[in-house]
Order: sequence, then structure tokens, then C-alpha cells
Amino acid sequence: MGSVKAELLRLWKWPATWVLIGVWLVMTLTFGYVFNYLALNGGTNTRSMSQQQLISAMQPENVGAAVVRGLPMFGGAIILVLAALAVGSGYGWGTWKTTLTAGPRRVSAMAGTLGALGIVVVLLVALTFVVNLGASITVASLEGWDWSLPGLGVFKALGASLLIAAMWTGFGVFLGVVTKGPALAVGLGLMWAIVTENLLRGVGSLLGPVESLTKVLPGGSAGNLAGAVGGSGAPGVLTDLSGTTAALFLLGYVVVFVGAATFLKVRRDLV
Amino acid sequence: MIVTTEKLTKRYGDRAVVDEVSLSVRRGEVYGFLGPNGAGKTTTIRMLLGLVKPTSGSARVLGEAPGTPRALLKVGSLIEGPGFYPYLSGRDNLRVHAARRGVGKTGVEAALEQVDLVGAAGEKFRRYSLGMKQRLGVAAALLGQPELLILDEPTNGLDPAGMADMRDLVRALAAQGQTVLLSSHLLGEVEEICDRVGVIAQGRLIAESTVEQLRGDSQLLIRADPLEKAHVLIEGSTVHGDALHVREKDAGVLVRVLVAADVDVREVRPLRRTLEEVFFEMTGAA
Ligand SMILES: Nc1ncnc2c1ncn2[C@@H]1O[C@H](COP(=O)(O)OP(=O)(O)OP(=O)(O)O)[C@@H](O)[C@H]1O
Ligand SMILES: [Mg+2]
Repeated sequence: MGSVKAELLRLWKWPATWVLIGVWLVMTLTFGYVFNYLALNGGTNTRSMSQQQLISAMQPENVGAAVVRGLPMFGGAIILVLAALAVGSGYGWGTWKTTLTAGPRRVSAMAGTLGALGIVVVLLVALTFVVNLGASITVASLEGWDWSLPGLGVFKALGASLLIAAMWTGFGVFLGVVTKGPALAVGLGLMWAIVTENLLRGVGSLLGPVESLTKVLPGGSAGNLAGAVGGSGAPGVLTDLSGTTAALFLLGYVVVFVGAATFLKVRRDLV
Repeated sequence: MIVTTEKLTKRYGDRAVVDEVSLSVRRGEVYGFLGPNGAGKTTTIRMLLGLVKPTSGSARVLGEAPGTPRALLKVGSLIEGPGFYPYLSGRDNLRVHAARRGVGKTGVEAALEQVDLVGAAGEKFRRYSLGMKQRLGVAAALLGQPELLILDEPTNGLDPAGMADMRDLVRALAAQGQTVLLSSHLLGEVEEICDRVGVIAQGRLIAESTVEQLRGDSQLLIRADPLEKAHVLIEGSTVHGDALHVREKDAGVLVRVLVAADVDVREVRPLRRTLEEVFFEMTGAA
């Protein structure tokens, strides 16, 4: 498992890893707590969220939902960018050439990359949880609410978060390998995660078949899983599918993306 | 044999970029893989490392199929410039590579030592000069004491001092018995450090021999006055402009003959055939 160690070492010391994780944590704090807190305390509450909903969203016991709702779209986009950059930039830097001539077979090299990315993404989800939990406890204490720690249900939300994160990671890896570079991979990935699926959902309201399709696309499945485990009130969260169905689709995407990327990596000439 | 290829061929479309190349590298030698830009050197080397699959033909590296762990772990390579993470230090880059190769910390330090990069090992790769980058590439290739070192144009882009450093490094490695396969488009470089040479042009291996044989019988250039008289005196000489060319190694004998016949000798020097000339001759003959 020298390949995992090697890849982890280089991801760990990569500024981009920490910049992206940092940006995500700031985003989740800002949109999950800072704005809600301000809205609760004297901001003109123009949005449809009632006071009660705002309080509920920030309660420590609902931290699982707070973690998972950010991942279908914006969190997913950040994870996708991280994976696409990590894999795609190796072509331009020539590091894939170095990696594939180091010794381990290509499957192992690829497994090392996936394993290390997996560890980084698990860390990202764990940090999101810790930061959200800290923020929710801070808000609850400041406001003097009666609060309690989340119950065991939180693991369901965290499991869903990990599955959603895994899908976006696989998507990013796939794009990085297919486009053999960071720029196109990131561009296409962001376009897909933030623009294309939303446009399709817009079309879907007019055309039935497109609508059913959008539910099971990568972002759609992620949104539905997030909705099924209690996430709500964030862009990209949907409630059109059961949690199990959405989870199965996500699992399918992980297998397809990772499988296709590995297949290409193993079979294709590296020039 | 450390490397053998049998009619190794790579086609892109209908163009054979490497065309039935059969070469062999022996243990302990520095093998020069010589050819002009676009001849197919890098493509051949990529096939030896399993980065590119041959269209047809086969290759063996240390008795193993190219690209397998058993082959790769015994080969250190630097292909078309070093491939490192720009944001990592030289040392960290080697550590990453060492982890993949199963080499420990001491191996990393030893490799840094060998290429004289210990002082700059903590600096980011991005900030390295071209020469330092290239040396780090060699250091990575040296990790794990490979039986074969494959260096693809290791002096490419280096200034004369950097080139000399790199050649010294290769010579030092060769002196320790290291087998090296080195590609180059510079005849002078190959002549200086290689034992045997394979010449490739337009994808075909047009010669494989020792450096001596490649250079062929050396010629002498003679400028003398009167030239006509010298031409008559020296058997087999040919007139090229205001000079004579002659296939003869012993300049002393010729000069004595000319001086004895009262011919003024203005210049006698070995006629260095340029790579271009060698190529023209070889491709013309083929
Ligand atoms: N992936 C590819 N697709 C098409 N043609 C290619 C590909 N890779 C290399 N070639 C062509 O193959 C030929 C040989 O390339 P190669 O890089 O092996 O030459 P080289 O001898 O290493 O040259 P140089 O001295 O410039 O490095 C070139 O004409 C190049 O354009
Ligand atoms: Mg080349």
C-alpha cells in the first residue's frame, strides 16, 4: 500500500486540498449558521423560513441534516473539483508518467490514488460534521436553547453524506482521466454539477421523460438521498425518490465512474 | 542481455513511428540511443517501460515483460523531462516516489547525495532551475538501485555546464558498473559517454555498433600549398574546396611526406563528421 501512502503524502501537502476544504467549511458555516443566525436576530425575515424552522435547522440534534444538505450541489462541486484537479493535473505535470513507471501495476497505482482521495474526502465530511456541530452548539448556547446532541440517526445522514461525496469524487476522477487534464475536467464537472442538471430540471417540468431522468442523474440522485435523510432547505436537495433508490443509483455511479476511470487508466497508452 | 527488442513497432494511424526496431543493451554498458528529433526514441523508451503498448513486436527488460512490477522495480527512468509535483520540495517528491517503489528514507538521502542536491532538497520543485529539475529526475531514477537506468535526453535544455555535469554523473555511474540506456540527438554526447550506439531515424534502427564503428574510418582534412601537388602526393585524397580529405589516421606520416616534397602544410586536423553527415550517409546507404 505504498501507493496510498505516496498519494496521501502528496495530497496532504498540496495547498489546493486545504484551500478547497477550507472554502467548503467557510461556505457551510456561512450558509448553515451565520446567515440563519443573523436572520433570527432581527434580520427582516423575508424568506419563507419561519422562526421555528430556522431554530430547528440550527439545533445540534439536526446537525446530520445540516451536513448532508450541502453536499448534493455545492459541496459536491467542491469535492468534484478536488478529485478532477488531483487526477487531471498529473498529466500536465508528468507525474502520472513517474507514477506508472515507479513499480506497482497500474491498477495498484490507481487504487492508491482512489484510496488517498477517499481518505481526504472522508476527512472533509468529518470536518464538516465537527464544524457544524461546533457551530450549532455555539448558536444554541448563545441563544439559551434547550439543546441535545444528535441521536443515532445522525449516522444515517453521515452515511448518506459519504455516499454522495464518494459519487462526486468518482465523477471528478473519471473526468480527470477522460480529459487527461485539470482544466477541462473541472470546467465540465462544474458545468454539470451546477448548471446542466438544473437546466434539465427546468426542461423536465415541461417534458415528462426528461423529468424522470433528472431524478436519477448524479446530482439528482444525490439530492434525493439528501432529502430522504432529512436534508432540506438547500439548493439541489430533492424529495422525488426513496432513500434506498437514490442510494442504489449513487452506488451505481460510484462503480461506473471508478470502474471506467480505472479501466481507461490501465488500458490507455500514456504519452 | 539487459534489454532486447524484437521487431518492436508502434504505429499511429498508418505511420510507423517505431518500425521493427531490434536492439540489445548489454549488462554494464552505456548504450547510446541516437537519433534526430522525431526519430522515435522516446516512443521506443515508452514501450520499454510499458507506458505505450507496441502495435507489434516484443521487448524484454531484464528478462521481464515491459511495464510489469518485476521489470519496473529494476529499472529507473527519466523520460522526456522530470515529472514531479511543483508544490512539493525536491525531497518530498523523492519521498513520494520512494513510497511507490518501496524505498526508505536512507535511499532518498543517498539519491539526493548522488546528484548533489542535498543543499536544495528542501526547496520547492517549482523553484528549481532546469538543471536541478533534471538532476532530481535522475535522483528519482536512482531510487532503489535499479539494474538499468533509462535516461531520455537527460541533457535536453541544459546549458553547457549543466550538460557537462550530467555527463560526468552518467560517467560516474557507469564507472560503478551501472547499465545505462541513454537517448540523445547529440553525436558528441554519445561519443563522449557511450560504449555502444543504436542509431534510429524515422523509426528504423539503421545501425547498432560501437562508437568507433559508427564514426567509421576517420578522415583528415589537409590544407596545403600548392594543393594540386599535395593531392598528387597523397594517394586516395579528394579535393574539397581549398582542402583535401583523406582516409588516414596517421597525420605525422602525411605531413612528413608533404614537407619532404616542399609543400607548405597550413592545417591538418581530424575531420569530424557531424551527426547529420553520419545520418545522410547511413540513410543514403540503407
Ligand atoms: N501519441 C502520438 N500520436 C501520434 N504521433 C505521435 C504520438 N507520439 C509521438 N508521435 C510521433 O512519433 C514521432 C516520434 O516521436 P518520439 O517522441 O518518439 O521522437 P524522439 O526521437 O523522442 O524525438 P525528440 O528528439 O524530439 O524527443 C514524432 O514524429 C511524433 O510526432
Ligand atoms: Mg524524445
